[in-house]
Amino acid sequence: MGRSNVFDLLGPIMVGPSSSHTAGAVRLGAMARKILGEEPVEGTLSLHGSFAKTGKGHGTNLALIAGLLGMAPDDERIPEAINIAKDLGLNFGFKIADLGDVHPNTVKFELLGKTGCHAQVVGSSIGGGTIVIREINDFKVEIRGDYPTLVILHQDLPGLVAQVALLLATAQTNIARMLVSREKRGAQALMVLETDELVDDAVLVLMRRLPKIYQVLAIEPLE
Amino acid sequence: MRAYEDLVIEAENRGLKISEVVYQNEMEDLQQSEQALFQRMRKNLKVMRESVAVGLSSEGRSISGLVGGDAVKVEGRRKTGESLVGKQLSGVIAKALAVAEVNACMGKIVAAPTAGSCGVIPAVLLTVEETLQVSEQELLLALFTAAGLGMIIAERANVSGAEGGCQAEIGSAAAMAAAAAVELAGGTPRQTADAAAIAMKSMLGLVCDPVGGFVEVPCVKRNATGAMIAMAAAEMALSGVKSAIPIDEVIDAMGEIGKQMPCALKETAQGGLAMTPTGRRIQADFL
Repeated sequence: MGRSNVFDLLGPIMVGPSSSHTAGAVRLGAMARKILGEEPVEGTLSLHGSFAKTGKGHGTNLALIAGLLGMAPDDERIPEAINIAKDLGLNFGFKIADLGDVHPNTVKFELLGKTGCHAQVVGSSIGGGTIVIREINDFKVEIRGDYPTLVILHQDLPGLVAQVALLLATAQTNIARMLVSREKRGAQALMVLETDELVDDAVLVLMRRLPKIYQVLAIEPLE
Repeated sequence: MRAYEDLVIEAENRGLKISEVVYQNEMEDLQQSEQALFQRMRKNLKVMRESVAVGLSSEGRSISGLVGGDAVKVEGRRKTGESLVGKQLSGVIAKALAVAEVNACMGKIVAAPTAGSCGVIPAVLLTVEETLQVSEQELLLALFTAAGLGMIIAERANVSGAEGGCQAEIGSAAAMAAAAAVELAGGTPRQTADAAAIAMKSMLGLVCDPVGGFVEVPCVKRNATGAMIAMAAAEMALSGVKSAIPIDEVIDAMGEIGKQMPCALKETAQGGLAMTPTGRRIQADFL
């Protein structure tokens, strides 16, 4: 474990019984909802490894749904989350799945939002309530949800990274971490940027207007 | 790598408590005001108090039905005045069970340092509060001492049952509680180190073998016994008893033992109590 702070050792405030299987699961659900960008109305959740084996006794199913409903890990309605979702007419189902060579506490969300948006999100709860989103719509990413994050799908072209960075610089938005990847030279590519400040809507509008940018997803950090 | 010894020396040289050194360092690291840090810690203390209160009055059962209602039994006997270990120590037991049961029943707790070990620190510190009539400010300071030691344990070893066994969870919680209790009771920085070392030494080698993989059996009761070890260690240190092995070396030993521990005994429910005939039967019944 790396350098921590006092509130990593006394905290989080959470609904039990397990920081990885309950608190982390709520955060995974909440992150999947943020990535979808709207209220999810339908979804299939595939549980892998320890989530599949010991999830029931840890309330992992309840916690994942609680997160999808927008609850935080200390929300005392978590034990009722599945009933709340049913009452709201939301339709979530669970499957046991082998998601391959991933962390034992991994879940795949396939979600449909209320205006028809789709998102497929794979994430893992890696201990102490910390999570990592590993995949969005089949693209490999690494998002921990502690910073505002931009996920940008674009064509692999010289100068595009600089243009995105310039827009952020103009808005005085500082980049904390950046990851670029591509299928192959000149093909579809992905930028994941974590920023210190929330990215202004006006900047997002300009970014979406840049040529050869296909999609810009702005994900708010978890609380 | 940071050492608790450095905290002790700094506190001694500057005439401060361990907690004061810890929160001053954190103000710098987190770039937050003293007021902001104490406000956040006050929130933790509030949830700790609530979880004790809920657990002492609730007879709810956990999801698996294995645990729940034991804190009420111990508290009930304590109130009759029949306690074998005395009112104060039976209070420690009742409070630790209370918080750990709330956790198992999907109630709200503060992970301290983990959810599985959430009962130890509130049980010890709230009992010291009752016994010695300390102020809320002193209680908040003691929580910074506990967390400061926890940070060093997390850096030198770990606080995860999956990585280091139960010694890393309840063991760390007991050491953190012991150090904080000594400070709260007016002990010296050096005595907090001795208390932490004595508590952690008593838990070395303890495996994480939860039945069915649930944070219930034996986790809930180990919160109570871990809290009692913390009280015993604090009492020894306050009396001037020293630990022959310094706390930092005890933490390193805990980390090494964790590495040497087989995987079956680290939260995988594949060994120890989980694999007893009864443990297997409970798991089969539930799944």
